[in-house]
Amino acid sequence: MEMVTLTIDGREVQVPAGSSVLEAAQRAGIDIPTLCHLKEMNKIGACRVCLVEIENARGLQASCVYPVSEGLKVKTNTFQVREARKAVVELILSNHPMECLTCNRNTNCELQALAKKLGIKDIRFQGENTIFPMDSSSPAIERIPDKCILCRRCVAACSEVQGIGILGLNERGFASIVAPAFDRMLNDVNCVLCGQCINVCPVGAIREKDETHKVWDALNDPEKVVVVQTAPAVRAVLGEEFGLPVGTPVTKKMVAALRRLGFTKVFDTDFTADLTILEEGNELLDRVKNGGTLPLITSCSPGWIKYCEHHYPEFLDNLSTCKSPQQMFGALAKTYFPEKIKVDPAKVYSVSIMPCTAKKYECQRPEMKDSGFQDVDVVLTTRELAKMIKEAGIDFVNLPDEEYDAPMGISTGAGVIFGATGGVMEAALRTVYEVVTGKTLENVDFTAVRGLEGIREASVDLPPLGTVKVAIAHGLGNAKILLERIKAGEAEYHFIEIMACPGGCIGGGGQPIVSAPDRMKLPEDYKMLRSKAIYDEDKGMALRKSHLNPAVTTLYEEYLIKPLGEKSHHLLHTHYQARPKYIALACNDESEK
Amino acid sequence: MRSVDELKALKEKVLKEMSGRVDNNMPTITVHMGTCGIANGAKDVLTAVVDEIKNKSLTNVTVAQTGCPGICYEEPVVTVAIPGQMPFFYGKVSPEKAKKIVTEHFVNNKSVQDWLLNSDGNSTKEISAINYFKPQKKVALTSCGAINPEIIEEYIAVDGYFALAKALTEMTPLQVIDTMSKSGLRGRGGGGFPTGRKWEFAYNSKGDQKYVVCNADEGDPGAFMDRSVLEGTPHAVIEAMAIAGYAIGANQGYVYVRAEYPVAVANLKTAINQAREMGFLGKNIFGKGFDFDLDIRLGAGAFVCGEETALLASIEGKRGEPRPRPPFPAVSGLWGKPTIINNVETLANVPHIIRNGAEWFSAMGTEKSKGTKVFALAGKINNTGLIEVPMGTTLRTIIYDIGGGIPNGKKFKAAQTGGPSGGCIPAEFLDMEIDYDNLIAMGSMMGSGGMIVMDEDTCMVDIARFFLEFTQEESCGKCPPCRIGTKRMLEILTKITEGKGTHEDIENLEILAKTIKNTALCGLGQTSPNPVLSTLKYFRHEYEAHIYDKKCPSGVCKKLVNYSIIAEKCIGCGLCARNCPVDAISGEVKKPYTIDAEKCIKCGVCIEKCKFGAVVKK
Repeated sequence: MEMVTLTIDGREVQVPAGSSVLEAAQRAGIDIPTLCHLKEMNKIGACRVCLVEIENARGLQASCVYPVSEGLKVKTNTFQVREARKAVVELILSNHPMECLTCNRNTNCELQALAKKLGIKDIRFQGENTIFPMDSSSPAIERIPDKCILCRRCVAACSEVQGIGILGLNERGFASIVAPAFDRMLNDVNCVLCGQCINVCPVGAIREKDETHKVWDALNDPEKVVVVQTAPAVRAVLGEEFGLPVGTPVTKKMVAALRRLGFTKVFDTDFTADLTILEEGNELLDRVKNGGTLPLITSCSPGWIKYCEHHYPEFLDNLSTCKSPQQMFGALAKTYFPEKIKVDPAKVYSVSIMPCTAKKYECQRPEMKDSGFQDVDVVLTTRELAKMIKEAGIDFVNLPDEEYDAPMGISTGAGVIFGATGGVMEAALRTVYEVVTGKTLENVDFTAVRGLEGIREASVDLPPLGTVKVAIAHGLGNAKILLERIKAGEAEYHFIEIMACPGGCIGGGGQPIVSAPDRMKLPEDYKMLRSKAIYDEDKGMALRKSHLNPAVTTLYEEYLIKPLGEKSHHLLHTHYQARPKYIALACNDESEK
Repeated sequence: MRSVDELKALKEKVLKEMSGRVDNNMPTITVHMGTCGIANGAKDVLTAVVDEIKNKSLTNVTVAQTGCPGICYEEPVVTVAIPGQMPFFYGKVSPEKAKKIVTEHFVNNKSVQDWLLNSDGNSTKEISAINYFKPQKKVALTSCGAINPEIIEEYIAVDGYFALAKALTEMTPLQVIDTMSKSGLRGRGGGGFPTGRKWEFAYNSKGDQKYVVCNADEGDPGAFMDRSVLEGTPHAVIEAMAIAGYAIGANQGYVYVRAEYPVAVANLKTAINQAREMGFLGKNIFGKGFDFDLDIRLGAGAFVCGEETALLASIEGKRGEPRPRPPFPAVSGLWGKPTIINNVETLANVPHIIRNGAEWFSAMGTEKSKGTKVFALAGKINNTGLIEVPMGTTLRTIIYDIGGGIPNGKKFKAAQTGGPSGGCIPAEFLDMEIDYDNLIAMGSMMGSGGMIVMDEDTCMVDIARFFLEFTQEESCGKCPPCRIGTKRMLEILTKITEGKGTHEDIENLEILAKTIKNTALCGLGQTSPNPVLSTLKYFRHEYEAHIYDKKCPSGVCKKLVNYSIIAEKCIGCGLCARNCPVDAISGEVKKPYTIDAEKCIKCGVCIEKCKFGAVVKK
């Protein structure tokens, strides 16, 4: 690798050619404050916070975009630099609603932290503030443009990472606003509600729709049997909200916390993840054997489903008809479960804790009412659960370890790896292998399907069936590439796993936010650290194959009879519908009426 | 066009065939049809000329059109060329006047001395000898207003495309670049970057595809140099772009021009088509294996799109916003390919430099600013117009000799150069030689060449506010210093002009100005505080008068001005009271009237109406 030597604050630093001055400074242990910059995602030099002096350059330069060159002389800590950074942040603050105390990002806000770091005491420049209407139109995501500082990280996440691009700049100058084109509301455009914009927002300008009050109300209602399910990826990430290092699994403390919050039953989405494998694995075999539509594509990720409906309706028949584990759980929570404990299903209130914002939308889809009620009553994100635990005064870190309730809390390692990209594929292969070959799978670790590579492929020999070709994509930008390849006939697969979010559910839009400075400081990609926690959990489980889950076996015996059977079909499977890509245009389209 | 001989033969043929102005073999009457002329009624004048020629059944007269000759204060302008005589320039021509001019010249064989611009008592003199033109030196504007921009042959007749021929047949790309470097030509669009060096960077950049872009997104208030050049001599720009393409190894160019310049766009389109037909654009130009073509891209009117990286984003179909540099466009420009971006006026100089040599060009101007500069002279000046002077000409020459001084005998106060990115030059610097470096030293800049003259009635705080309002409205919003900083500066300036200023306002203006200058992302942001900084530097007392005395010394800021009636001068006629739109004036006939300051909206009607000078504003 070609190396370049430059001088920063009088010290010689060697960095790879092509690095930015910011990266070089970081390598030298010199801290430069940033705001719009986001590692590997947003390098636009817009916010003018990471300014430095560069010899022979006019004015101050944004270090995040200034390329290193041999002999470059940089000063990061001069009077001029400090004063300029301060003045810029003061300007940003002069157009910011100072509602920190009641803002959902209070103490977790990068602008707040920056103001503190730069020692800003008062704001010399006061004046008019921009006032924009709030956008609460969507069931999952709220935009508060007044708080937006126009760093455009959300624009990069939506356009470049997810390849959707519903967020962009409207108007210009002081009136600039990040919003869907023509200032439409989120619900009126092809937003898939993945929430990646939330995860990158440095301030409180985008957030999930807070529904904790609904859960508090339900918990306060003595008539209600309040059951909760927790998604696989929540346990690997929740600890971050309580100051634990990234990648610390907190499964059993989470169960203890939920019980202390007052849930009647603490169940696990992993249980229905195992169930999903049985249904979907059989669906795959059925399609392969009987000439069904291939490749079969997973349907666990509601952001992916909505994306497919808007952007790739031609692939709807490829989608597995299996509901997501959340919705399978919901359907059973108001049928199988009340029947089993002999309560009126109308009294069951079903809460799910998800790493996901799109799940809030999924549970409200009209077809998700197969129990006769709305199957899942309310979805909380990991962040919202943390908020409830904090509000309840629970000392999370010092909680004792507790176990999930039976039977819907019993699961295998195959269920837990649903939380990382490639996990559904690996879980399916563990079961399909044994079903097809009739042999016991000794090494259950399909490492070829793991990792953070955007698109991964593998071939698995399944005698007597033959070789099965699989692919994995995470992040919708990667999904788009994969689907285009298939459309162009450049690739052929039997089975594909697609997750809307980068890294899969551990990187979900409802997960704790990893700030830009933390992303720079962590030794590894935070998604890698989180997925390690997931695979460690899997390794620690006694059972690691879904079809060996005894509670699932019982469920079939007592209730569902068999995979893809009539009851399964009614409760566990669903259908999809094409949705327009440009909703504004669709209104004028006769065929839509 | 396959060879230089072919071009030479064409020129000879054209010269032979062409009408009066060049060959003097047939009387010609020319109507100058730049946007300025058209706006002043040149189309009606043209119709009148044609009608009159028809009515009088005249056959031995050619009617021609051309671009703006630069004499805006006399528009519409008509010239009459008669073989063997000095051309006659007529100003402020109405359709009636036009008819008379036709009759007098072509029926009675006389000129109309009273209306002549180049009258020398009873005869005519060279137009270049009149005061307005005497200190001027035309290079970029040479053929502007002299040839019909819609006829390529007329451009060829004045040596058009000979520079391209020379470059392609006698010079290597490096020799072309070397000539540009030696000429000392610097970018006329604002920054003043040496053109030769820019071309050299792009030449040295590796790339399978390179581009030449002409920046014709002229947006400074009061500036119209580029428009006139494109309207009046579009082929000069096309020729220069082809030369630039040859020099850096580009085979495609784009002219980015504002959609608000319809005449320029139309003339340019015509010119491009003609150049293609004649083979000055297209494949294998002059048989030298060099391919080059041009397309036009229309800007939607955003000032910021004049900034080169924003302009490139706009051509690419993206939101017109600047991006940080490096990388510079010469390395990574349009669609990531090496690209040079030159302003219209810069390009208009290029053919002359190639034809006449670097030394010829560098002999004009000052040590570090070579050649000439075009200025759009506007504001409180008698002779508004488009002028071209050698670098180093003093402001006094421009204002008083060319511009004819300040109207109504008022005193000169300052001149704003560089538009909203520039600053004002006060009267004490009237004898400063204008070039890039002197202007920067003064806290202003050359900019694209707008020059707005201000007289004693101009409030400098209000002027600063006007320019800030412009930059603030035109900010793209990408970086906070420009997006919020200019807004805060504007708010403070507005406050001061409304008499609500406090003592910390000047300090805050200075902090904000310094911050924006040092931290904004692009040149437009960085220079936006200049109007405030320069007025603070030279007219600080005006700011202080607004803040501490709550007075606008020039009587411009309405909220700080009070109207009153001097009792001794008022004869009590009541005219002011009858005309006051808000009944703020009352009194008894033949006794002094009074103004109710509470009701007064400071519209100034009373001052206008009073015949005795009894109403004053203070």
